[in-house]
Amino acid sequence: MLLAAAANWVRPVLDYHALAPEIVLAVVICGVLLADLFIPEHRKWVTSSLAGIGLLATMLPIITLAVNGADRTMFGGAYVVDNFSLILKALFVIAGYVVVLLSSTYLDEGGYYQGEYWVLLLSSILGMMMMASSRDLISIFVALEFLSIPAYMLAAWKKRDLKSNEAGLKYFLLGVFASAVMLYGMSLLYGLAGSTLLTDISAKVNDAGDTALIALAVVFIVVGFAFKVSAVPFHTWAPDVYEGAPTPVTAFLSVASKAAGFVALMELVLLGFPGAWRIWQPLFWVLAALTMTLGNLVALRQTNVVRMFAYSSVAQGGFILMPLALGHNAGTEVITSMVSYLAFYAATNLGAFGVILAVTRKTRRGDMAGFGGLFSYAPGLAVAMTIFLASLAGIPPTGGFFAKLGVFKAVLSAGGAWGAVLAAIGAVNSVIAFAYYGKLMREMWMNPAPDGDTLPIKVPQALTAALGITVLATLALGIIPNVVLRFGDLSRLVGAIKP
Amino acid sequence: MEHLTSNNTLLNVGIFLPLLGVLLMIFIPKKDEYFQKAVALATSVATLVVGIVIAFKFDYSKAGLQQLHVDTSWIPVIKARYIIGLDGLGLPLFLLSMVITVLVMVYSWNHIPDPGNPKAFLILMLVLEVGMNGVFVAQDLILFFVFFEIVLLPMYFMIGVWGGENRQYASLKFFLFTLFGSAFMLLGFLALFFKTGAESFSIEYLMAHAGAIDHNVQLWIFGAMALGLAVKVPMFPFHTWLPDAHTQAPTQGSVILAAILLKLGTFGFVRFAIPILPEAAKWWAPVIGILAVIGIIYGALGCLAQTDMKRLIAFSSVAHMGFVMLGISTLTNFGISAAMFGMVAHGLITGMLFFIAGSVKDRYHTLEINRLSGLLTQAPHMGWLLGLCAMASLGLPGLAGFWGEFPAILSAYKPADGLSVPLFRTLMVIAAIGTVLAAAYLLWLLQRVAFGEPTAEFADGYHGHAIGDMHMPEYLAWTPLIIGIIVLGVLPSLMFKVIDPSIVNIAKIVKDSVGG
Repeated sequence: MLLAAAANWVRPVLDYHALAPEIVLAVVICGVLLADLFIPEHRKWVTSSLAGIGLLATMLPIITLAVNGADRTMFGGAYVVDNFSLILKALFVIAGYVVVLLSSTYLDEGGYYQGEYWVLLLSSILGMMMMASSRDLISIFVALEFLSIPAYMLAAWKKRDLKSNEAGLKYFLLGVFASAVMLYGMSLLYGLAGSTLLTDISAKVNDAGDTALIALAVVFIVVGFAFKVSAVPFHTWAPDVYEGAPTPVTAFLSVASKAAGFVALMELVLLGFPGAWRIWQPLFWVLAALTMTLGNLVALRQTNVVRMFAYSSVAQGGFILMPLALGHNAGTEVITSMVSYLAFYAATNLGAFGVILAVTRKTRRGDMAGFGGLFSYAPGLAVAMTIFLASLAGIPPTGGFFAKLGVFKAVLSAGGAWGAVLAAIGAVNSVIAFAYYGKLMREMWMNPAPDGDTLPIKVPQALTAALGITVLATLALGIIPNVVLRFGDLSRLVGAIKP
Repeated sequence: MEHLTSNNTLLNVGIFLPLLGVLLMIFIPKKDEYFQKAVALATSVATLVVGIVIAFKFDYSKAGLQQLHVDTSWIPVIKARYIIGLDGLGLPLFLLSMVITVLVMVYSWNHIPDPGNPKAFLILMLVLEVGMNGVFVAQDLILFFVFFEIVLLPMYFMIGVWGGENRQYASLKFFLFTLFGSAFMLLGFLALFFKTGAESFSIEYLMAHAGAIDHNVQLWIFGAMALGLAVKVPMFPFHTWLPDAHTQAPTQGSVILAAILLKLGTFGFVRFAIPILPEAAKWWAPVIGILAVIGIIYGALGCLAQTDMKRLIAFSSVAHMGFVMLGISTLTNFGISAAMFGMVAHGLITGMLFFIAGSVKDRYHTLEINRLSGLLTQAPHMGWLLGLCAMASLGLPGLAGFWGEFPAILSAYKPADGLSVPLFRTLMVIAAIGTVLAAAYLLWLLQRVAFGEPTAEFADGYHGHAIGDMHMPEYLAWTPLIIGIIVLGVLPSLMFKVIDPSIVNIAKIVKDSVGG
């Protein structure tokens, strides 16, 4: 059988331009790995520069592809390079670059392994880039594992720290469990359609109508991804992992990994089984409402900054899920709003973690009171953090406002009472959210510095660069959102998937 | 609708010039406090000069039209456009916001509240001005919303950092209340957008197309928008943030809050809520009217119970904004004109009262009415000004307050067609009782604070420091307000003439709309 199939094997046509971003990054990974062998211990920081430059090099083919503009399809439709995948690849690469900037000083000063760290980080980013292009169950799954497995190890990077070990193990166990659940759902879909291509599956699901089998498959897949994007009630791992992992890794997990999860979800739901909307819409409705409400309410009670951001990240996930709750009727708006939200969220959250890194580097404490009086001795950091917090809370003129506006717009554009109720829940939640974002602002602006220690903070250059990039991106998304949102306008993609 | 688009960069400069000052100030070291103050003051004065030029370029014979109109693409994906324009409705408040900012800057020359740091304080004030100026000219709902929200954070920090004892609580309360209202207002905007064919957020477009929306949906949308605006006004029962915010805010913050920020709410009703959804406005008008009158009485009773001078003035704002809302709820030309006049008058008078309260606090380090007495003997000029403002605030004819309050009450005698006449006449009577109460609490305040002999505690001044009368920055900052109060009181037609054409348009829209 296998032999017979092998005889018929035809070498697929490879479009090297389309694959160039992935190829460049793969080469960079090998380069960093090799360089690490020959670089002496005291000059390990060179590897971080290599990783950063490598990521910038990866941007080049992404830009040429975007300028070229043609949609490219490979492997019988399993791997696609279109606007949607390019904007997301760019997002992952830039977010990765910022994470490199955030990590370099942290690793250097903490005395952690460096070369391996970059290799794993870049591998995870490569997995995310593959995810953006996957249109097939197998490639989606491979990409997902590719991006997750390095992340499990990164979470445990502080190897002498018990909490970090716990974080790594917890993340690994729950991640694998989620993958298994999801894989079971996927296998059901494959059994139904006899193909792993999302387009084939979509056609079969449309023909079959809402059978129990499809319902089962959809529920399994959605639940599996709910773990990945830490949607309530499958979020319990997130705060522990975020708190235990090294802070730059937390930034990476809460932004890039999470975004990749949402991308996979969009692909599967909107391309794989859009016809089963009667099943997945209510699921997402409940998930979104629960996720933002619970995430926010628990965040209110946090005193540790990173834990607060962990729950904030859970709550933000709820907002990102909102458009899917009315995904069938909302049309183009679903993808546009979700991609815009991911872009804003990446810029803002990475920036916020940058400030946390800069401040904790001095104060050596993780509670909110550690931020006390920040405005009096480090006004620049305090203002930057204020901008990020305002953006997360959705206050104009920051990116968060337009992201939230887009999500509300998507939900309301579908019309009907369900959309209006969900939007109202979202509106109330954005008010609750300010209560804890405002709490941190209050510490920074209105409370005295702990122990009266008002020595200025020295911010390492790499961190300054990261903060500069993220502040600019957050404000640009708020004041001239058109420049960025234009890329999120993906009507063509949606046009292609409408049943 | 016709627009006048000449000189259309002027308006942009008028809105965004303060940002230039912010940029300059960021690069001036924190220690050069005088340089900081000078740049901030110069920026606000330059902005006011632009405002005055705009006022001269403004064609008063066409005050009903959008002038200096700008309409450019902004965010096509969302279909929000950058549309600004000035008509007779926006002009007085646009100018008021510029004037108040200058006066507050002058006052700040030697009144930077604890814990100091004029750099941050003044930068926040300039950012605040951008939002305030923008709101009064925005002609696109998303743009309006952005400006509406820009004022939040600066005011939050102003109260929270430079405020009184209970500042953290007050600032958060202020922020959460406003955010809650505006979140629903935004949903209202979006619903409006989709129900009119998802074409535009432009107020003009929506005015033309919102009539086709299903009646019940209109009611919901108006309700959502009114919620956001009512919190800002603030109307009873959403007013609870106001006494706290006002009492805790530094003097400058209280003045700006009273003079400008409260108007964002009432202005929103007149600018877009009523013209876009006149039918729904008719349905909601009795509710608004009743809440307004409750606000009048409740605010007045609240005033009588206060022991803190600043808190008393804050509660009087609730009552005064009640008169404004009563005028608006009649949906008549007469009532809305009175409301617009009331907004400006309240801005001048209450702004002035907060200034005085701030200066009293500076001298006596307390605002407890029981401990104060004999201001007239210790600081006669300030005492007389307090008397004048109290008279203006209670609506004495010949001063600005009268022309906001009296016509508003009178307008309830004959509300727009379709509104219940008996109801509004009842409201009129109750509101009239409110003016009596206003006279009571203001005169009582004046009597306790200004008349009599200084209490034993302050007979020799505060801890040996003599209580000084007004000094230069106070004279400079207050004189324009006093002039405004008197001139508008004697010649109210100056303003009525400007706002009238726009309001005639609105009243016509209400009249033409079917039933309610």
